[in-house]
Amino acid sequence: MSGVGGVARPAPRGVADDADRLAPRARPRSRWVYVRALGRDKLAFSAAAFLTLLFVSAVFAELVAPHDPARGGLMLRNTAPTTADAPDGGFPHVLGTDALGRDQLSRLIFGARVSLAVGFASVLLSGAVGVTLGLIAGFYRGAVDDIIMRLVDTQMGFPSLLMALVVLYVLGAGVWNVILVLAVTRWMVYARVTRGLVLSHRESVFVEAARALGCSDRRILFRHILPNLLSPIMVLATLEVATMILTEASLSFLGLGIQPPESSWGLMLAEGRGYVTSAWWLVTFPGVVILLTSLSLNLLAGWVRAVTDPVTRWRYLAPRRAAGAAVE
Amino acid sequence: MVHSVFILAGLVIAVFFVTHLLGDPASLMLRPEATEEQRQALRESLGLDDPIAIQFGRYLGDLARADFGDSLWQRVPAMPIVLDRLPATLYLAGATLLVAVPLALLLGIISALKPRSLADRVVTVVALAGVSTADFWLGLMLILFFAVRLDLVPTSGYGGLTFVALPAATLAVRPIGRISQVVRSSMLDEMRAGYVTTARAKGLGERIVVLGHTLKNAAIPIVTLMGDEAASLLNGAVVIETLFGWPGVGILLIQAIEKRDLPLIEASVIVIAVMIVGVNLLVDLAYTLIDPRVRYG
Repeated sequence: MSGVGGVARPAPRGVADDADRLAPRARPRSRWVYVRALGRDKLAFSAAAFLTLLFVSAVFAELVAPHDPARGGLMLRNTAPTTADAPDGGFPHVLGTDALGRDQLSRLIFGARVSLAVGFASVLLSGAVGVTLGLIAGFYRGAVDDIIMRLVDTQMGFPSLLMALVVLYVLGAGVWNVILVLAVTRWMVYARVTRGLVLSHRESVFVEAARALGCSDRRILFRHILPNLLSPIMVLATLEVATMILTEASLSFLGLGIQPPESSWGLMLAEGRGYVTSAWWLVTFPGVVILLTSLSLNLLAGWVRAVTDPVTRWRYLAPRRAAGAAVE
Repeated sequence: MVHSVFILAGLVIAVFFVTHLLGDPASLMLRPEATEEQRQALRESLGLDDPIAIQFGRYLGDLARADFGDSLWQRVPAMPIVLDRLPATLYLAGATLLVAVPLALLLGIISALKPRSLADRVVTVVALAGVSTADFWLGLMLILFFAVRLDLVPTSGYGGLTFVALPAATLAVRPIGRISQVVRSSMLDEMRAGYVTTARAKGLGERIVVLGHTLKNAAIPIVTLMGDEAASLLNGAVVIETLFGWPGVGILLIQAIEKRDLPLIEASVIVIAVMIVGVNLLVDLAYTLIDPRVRYG
């Protein structure tokens, strides 16, 4: 968290104080405010647009992909990117073909399915476990807290990639095992953040009020405290999706992640590596897609952080004229 | 100190759990096509039919003597093989830090001095791109450009400056991105402190104010992150060592996995873990040098 966290711009001196005075008191009326604010931030908008495009093409890969990703042809081996029509009269191989003559653009679109599914599934799994344990540790304190946090600190010191490799060697590679292993190596990030946030909320008045009304612990934790933690956890989860996609790519590159005939971007790079001297497009484009995806997730996370932070929010949500004047 | 002991103990237990309980060592070491008789014979010779507690005791005993058994692949004790590879890994990590740390400090200070300037924005975007890149892909791109296209350096291998340049540059990108951003934000925090105004008011030059006063006070989070990055260099070098054919512990682990050489796998993981714990200890010691308020013992 620390590194990427540092990327969000801290407000220059004085701006934050002014913000408190100038900020509109009322909460934004609907989520359209956020959509409009997104339209105004060019970088965040491009990130969101790219991710949406990626998602839609991954979900509807059969309709979007110009060619069958599994069908090749020996005549087409390692065709360089071209705008000429494909030999069978189909859509041109704009990103070239691989060593088996398969269309690379189509393979990237189908690979997006696996890479995104692994990224999101492992984040959901590790987030669910980590957040729950963090809630428990922060709320109950005492011995439970000590045990959970000791576990978190210990696992933080592990060489996580090496452990993931060893576990995959023992369990065998494959999509589900990769998801499981990624989740096991990252749950403690959420536990640590959630616990810290719970600690700052558990003594607050609304928790006291809920308790006075006779709410059960579970209700207080999940109905009263958890909703207050959602936006920082969402920011963290977005960053983690990027981390997971990068790690999955590394694991697949080393041959212990996704296995053929399944395909992911990391695996495509591993397969293209043998042709680094003869077919530059095979090692270039999958990496570009990984970079764009991860960069977009990082940018979007930074934007969500700024928009949900009460101190900086007004600059993004206020009517254009006021915000424009204040930002410049 | 206590913390490092916990990490090591946790790792030792985790390795035992994964290799002995999650999987069956006999099947892990033999080829998948081995017969049931071969498996049973290996199980007996390794004592895998004993109760798990006894196996764990034996494992701890072996560990205490740093004896992981013979490598199945090279037929010699596993530990010396790993130690033999250690200098290469440390060499690469050292070269990476030598590039990354000064550059990250420089970039971070430049963007902290003029926040929101063009230079600051460029540094921030580069840093963000650095942490968003798959490092092995960056390595491939560097190979493609500097080794294949320009033919300046070899594509892979072990040796002097020309060999270490590409892998070190590849590994340095992520630490540069992360450290420069933390340098920037912790410098910005310190720049607002009263002592900076005092230092300027008494007429000290800007260079002394920035390097002598501000940077020194901003050092704690920076050193913490450097320790993290050094540790993850030892961890993440697996991929880069494999890509560049760099004969370190990381590539050894991958080869050991390919050869299903369990003793060698265990030995490499434990050795890297010990290195990481060592780095963390060094960082703790560095705190006492930087900040006289921090004391141990």
